[in-house]
Amino acid sequence: MTEATYAYYPGCSGLGTSIEYDSSSRAVCRALFMKISDVPDWSCCGSTPAHTVDHVLSAALSARNLALVESMGLDTVVTPCPSCLTNLRTACHRMEDAAFSAEVNALLDTPFKGTVQAKSLLQALIEDVGLEMIAASTVKPLTGLKVAPYYGCIMNRPPELMRFDDHENPVAMDRILEAMGAEVVPFPLKVECCGASFGVPRKDVVAKLSGRLLETARELGADAMVTACPLCQMNLDLRQEQASRAVGTHFEMPVFYFTQLMGLAMGVAEAELGFDKICVSPARALSLIGSPASKPEGRKATSGGQA
Amino acid sequence: MKIGVFVCHCGSNIEGTVDTAAVARASMDFPEVAYAEDVMYSCSEPGQEAIIEAVRTKGLTGVVVASCTPRMHEPTFRRAVERAGLNRYMLEMANIREHVSWIGKDREANTNKAADLVRIAVEKLRRNRPLTPKSFDITRRVLVIGGGVAGIQAALDCADGGMEVVLVERTSSIGGKMSKLDKTFPTVDCSSCILGPKMVDVAQHPNITLYAYSEVEEISGYVGNFDVKVRKKASYVDWSKCTGCGACMEKCPSKKSLDRFNEGLGGAPAINIPFPQAIPKKAVIDPQFCRQFIKGKCGVCAKMCPTGAIDYKMADEIVEEKIGAIVAATGFDLFDHSKYGEYGGGRYPDVITSLQYERLLSASGPTGGHIKRPSDGKEPKNVVFIQCVGSRDKSVDRPYCSGFCCMYTAKQAILTKDHIPDSQSYVFYMDIRAPGKMYDEFTRRAMEEYGARYVRGRVSMIVPKNDKLLVRGADTLMGTQVEVEADLVVLAVGAEAATGSPQLAEKLRISYDKYGYFMESHPKLRPVETNTAGVYLAGCAQGPKDIPSSVGQGSAAAAKVLGLFSKQKLESDPQISQVNLARCVGCGKCVSTCPFGAIHMIDFRGQEKAEVIETVCQGCGICAVTCPQGAVQLEHFTDNQILAEVEALCRF
Repeated sequence: MTEATYAYYPGCSGLGTSIEYDSSSRAVCRALFMKISDVPDWSCCGSTPAHTVDHVLSAALSARNLALVESMGLDTVVTPCPSCLTNLRTACHRMEDAAFSAEVNALLDTPFKGTVQAKSLLQALIEDVGLEMIAASTVKPLTGLKVAPYYGCIMNRPPELMRFDDHENPVAMDRILEAMGAEVVPFPLKVECCGASFGVPRKDVVAKLSGRLLETARELGADAMVTACPLCQMNLDLRQEQASRAVGTHFEMPVFYFTQLMGLAMGVAEAELGFDKICVSPARALSLIGSPASKPEGRKATSGGQA
Repeated sequence: MKIGVFVCHCGSNIEGTVDTAAVARASMDFPEVAYAEDVMYSCSEPGQEAIIEAVRTKGLTGVVVASCTPRMHEPTFRRAVERAGLNRYMLEMANIREHVSWIGKDREANTNKAADLVRIAVEKLRRNRPLTPKSFDITRRVLVIGGGVAGIQAALDCADGGMEVVLVERTSSIGGKMSKLDKTFPTVDCSSCILGPKMVDVAQHPNITLYAYSEVEEISGYVGNFDVKVRKKASYVDWSKCTGCGACMEKCPSKKSLDRFNEGLGGAPAINIPFPQAIPKKAVIDPQFCRQFIKGKCGVCAKMCPTGAIDYKMADEIVEEKIGAIVAATGFDLFDHSKYGEYGGGRYPDVITSLQYERLLSASGPTGGHIKRPSDGKEPKNVVFIQCVGSRDKSVDRPYCSGFCCMYTAKQAILTKDHIPDSQSYVFYMDIRAPGKMYDEFTRRAMEEYGARYVRGRVSMIVPKNDKLLVRGADTLMGTQVEVEADLVVLAVGAEAATGSPQLAEKLRISYDKYGYFMESHPKLRPVETNTAGVYLAGCAQGPKDIPSSVGQGSAAAAKVLGLFSKQKLESDPQISQVNLARCVGCGKCVSTCPFGAIHMIDFRGQEKAEVIETVCQGCGICAVTCPQGAVQLEHFTDNQILAEVEALCRF
């Protein structure tokens, strides 16, 4: 049906709040000759709420998507979103149990046979494409930019499930950014929680936790933070004024997706990388590497009071 | 043959699920059985007397005891039938406890199975013949592997008992982990002050030959007569000339060698004597860092040495020793805390191990006994101790408790207050395990008199903050999260088996567990023996232990060696292989499969034939199943006997 190597699962946020993550991810894959093909008629993975209500229903949501990947004739699905990844991987893992699998498949039109594995885009990039290829594809090195890579709490955890990188001190993004010329600061809070979806019920908690991340990055002299998770990016970027107030300071820390910086280094057209979708202006950070996007076109966070 | 069958109740152990009286009645129908009875405890004195009485009055010529595993009581019953006047090998046991009563609840089925097992034993016994053990001479010399405190104690006790001792230590000085400690719990006496004299005793004892900087290369032979090859590693210094003056160390231009004695806290010269009290106090060159070896020119030490002991061309040397018994006391290694990413994983200089802290506390350590943190040499005020790093943690494959960390952490908290009176110690712990004499009192003293703050909970993360370390954890008693700003974090790293333990175990032909610790013969009743005759264990090679236990076990191993050597001659087990020369075609297959080297080829009337060396044969039977002609037979386990057993079982 297709000559793609990977099925691609954008996830709901990829088409909404993190559309710049999605478009930059696609651009990076294209630039690295990674052949991806969207899962046809994919549906929501269940996100955070589903598995808190019913494991079988939650697994069924993911299994439906995994079965679609099987119908594409592919054995690997990549997704940029760690939350989708968790759900897909958890479903794969739980479906190994025959009784559980029977319960789930009873809910599906097409049963999931269990021949698909889910990978984060980050894992596919570092393990399948490799650092050499990534370094070789760099045309505009990120030299001069000091970045603090932030992985969030679920990209590598739980380790038994994710089986990727070090779950306490992951280095995949560090290595990629270094390979592309950026200076990576030894950010100790790589896997600390940003507050995740507590932004709705407990804004104060998120502001405090995200504030600590931003503060540490600033103390280490980082020009920007780099994330791999739509929710982390939103908390750190969109809520930066809330975080500033919680810590009693004023941050101006741009928060990129790692694929945005990768795309930049590979010479991808900036329109595809969506720097204009970032709330905190990346102008200063980008000017450090002499990018045309450095002209102040990034929108400033309008109001800290929303959400 | 007149066979007597004795079916043991073993209290309710067997009788609970087996009708022993019925088994005894059924036994009467088995061929050549002349007498059968059930006994309450056949291993007890009246039980054994009953067997002896029956043999004498009924004129029995063979005995079957149906009871527990032969591993437990076979020697007991062999002695009993011998006292009754029979050959000790005219006894067979049927294991109706481990193989029957303990594993099934159905009384009828169990009774039938027990009767079947007795029938098998009877059929085997009918084909037994009296065997006589041979005796052989012993070499009264003991090899002690490992020169830590357990090995030192074992060596000294054996030597004091008049035995010749060969002590092999792989580093350049004996003393082991204990020599690196500053103080010992719970007495807080100086570790090297109590160990030092013992080390000197080793050096001066006329019965002890010390091979430092050496490793056991190869072991062959059997109890009483081991042949051991020891590799003396090239030190590049002629130790017969070296006086330990240290002039070479002072002038050595390379200071980057790993300072193993100080746990890597400082650099060491490429030519090095590890510490002032080292035994032997001799220098060793580390060729990885020596400029003479790297660049081919330097030679400063050779010029400085007043006795001309430096020899850059030295090579490893193999020495061979005849040994009668072996004590393995190879100690332990520390858990590598870089597996804990959340504690910095070796990235933060001020997160150190407990043994590194011990070196900081020690007057002979790299800081002269002043506590200075590695990053900037400042004196820490807030010191956080984290317990159970690499013990009681399944996620790093160390589910066992290392046993001594609670105590040494309490000691270090006390010493910290002694060194820095305005300091504050925090101890994150899971439980306090202090079961020894005066141990619990000691940990309480750390809390109550020295004000160490004990927080029950694990640390989730250590994060550098300015020049401090933010230690974040839980207080599970208060039910809150805790954050401590620490100047220094000390990880109470657990113990793991010494590197190379499995390899040494293979050489010694002893068992080891999944973590690499050597296995004792029986965890309760034979704690210093192994399943290989003549090989004993001492100290942490068997599992984590503190100093008193290690010393105790060292002495216990020595007692076992002296007991073994107190006999004039050792008896060999006569249940060994025999070659039927008429059947043997001289193919030599048995020679190549024997794991003990117990079979060799001989010339018999112009033909090649196999011959078993009786004292070397361990009776494993591999040769018997290898022989295509059936010419090799294992005494008491002949093909006929095994077939008879199978037929007894499949008689329907």
